[in-house]
Amino acid sequence: MKDSPGLHFKTYLLLLLMVLFAPLGNVLLSKGMKGIGSAKNWAAADLLRILLKILTSGYIWLGIACLLAFFVAYMLVLTWADYSYVQPASAFSYAVVAALSYFLLEEVVPPLRWAGIGVICVGVFVVGRTPPRTTEKA
Amino acid sequence: MREFFFLFLVIVAGTGGELCVTRAMKVIGEVHDFRPAALTRFVFRAMRVGWMWIGIGMMTLAFFSLLAMLSIENVSLVVPVTALSYAAGTTGAKLFLHERISLQRWIGVLIVCVGVTLVWLSRR
Repeated sequence: MKDSPGLHFKTYLLLLLMVLFAPLGNVLLSKGMKGIGSAKNWAAADLLRILLKILTSGYIWLGIACLLAFFVAYMLVLTWADYSYVQPASAFSYAVVAALSYFLLEEVVPPLRWAGIGVICVGVFVVGRTPPRTTEKA
Repeated sequence: MREFFFLFLVIVAGTGGELCVTRAMKVIGEVHDFRPAALTRFVFRAMRVGWMWIGIGMMTLAFFSLLAMLSIENVSLVVPVTALSYAAGTTGAKLFLHERISLQRWIGVLIVCVGVTLVWLSRR
C-alpha cells in the first residue's frame, strides 16, 4: 500500500485506540472484580454465585466491550501495518494501564513498579525489532 | 499461593490458547481475500479445525483466571506481570511451532522477564 499522510493518520489513530481500549478494558474488569470479590471457598455454589455476579456486572461487560474494540482495532491495523511495527507500539499499554489504575482506581503505583513497566516496554520493543517471520513460507 | 496458581493459568492457558489458534491458522493458510463473504467462509473453515476449539477453550480459561487474579491483586500489577506470556510464547513457538528464535528476540524476552521481576517485587 502507498505510504501517505492519510495512511499515517489512520495508523496512529488505531494505535491510539489500541493503547487506550486494552488498558481501559482491564481497568474496568478490575473495577468489576473488586466489587464482586474473590471466592471465599471453592465450593460449586460459591463459584456459581460469583459467575452470576460476573455475568450481571455492568463493569465487566463494559470491560469486555473495550477489549473487543481493542481487538477490532488491532486486526484492522494489522491488515496494512507490519506486526513488527504494531507490537512494540502496543507495549505502551502497560504504562497506560498503570496510569489509568492510578487516576481511575486510585491504586498506589510504587516507583519500582513504574521502573519495571519501563523495562517491560523496552523488552517488548526489542522483541518487536526482530523479523516477524522466522519460518519458511508454506 | 492462589495468586501464583491463577497467574500460571493466565500465562500458560493464554499463551497455549494463542499457540493453538496460530496452529489452526497455519492449517487453514494465509488469507488473501478480505471480502465479507470470503471472510465468513474463512471463519467457518476455522471452526472446523480442532486446534481452534482447543485454543478457544484455553483462552476462556485464561480470561476467567485473569478475572480471579483481578479480584485479588491490583490491575497495575496483574497486567504488566502477564507480559511473561512473551517468554512463554517464545518458548512455546520454539517447541510447539518449531520457529527459529533469534538471539535478539531471546534478549528482548529476557529484558521483559527482568521488568516483570521488578513489578512483582513492588508488590506490598
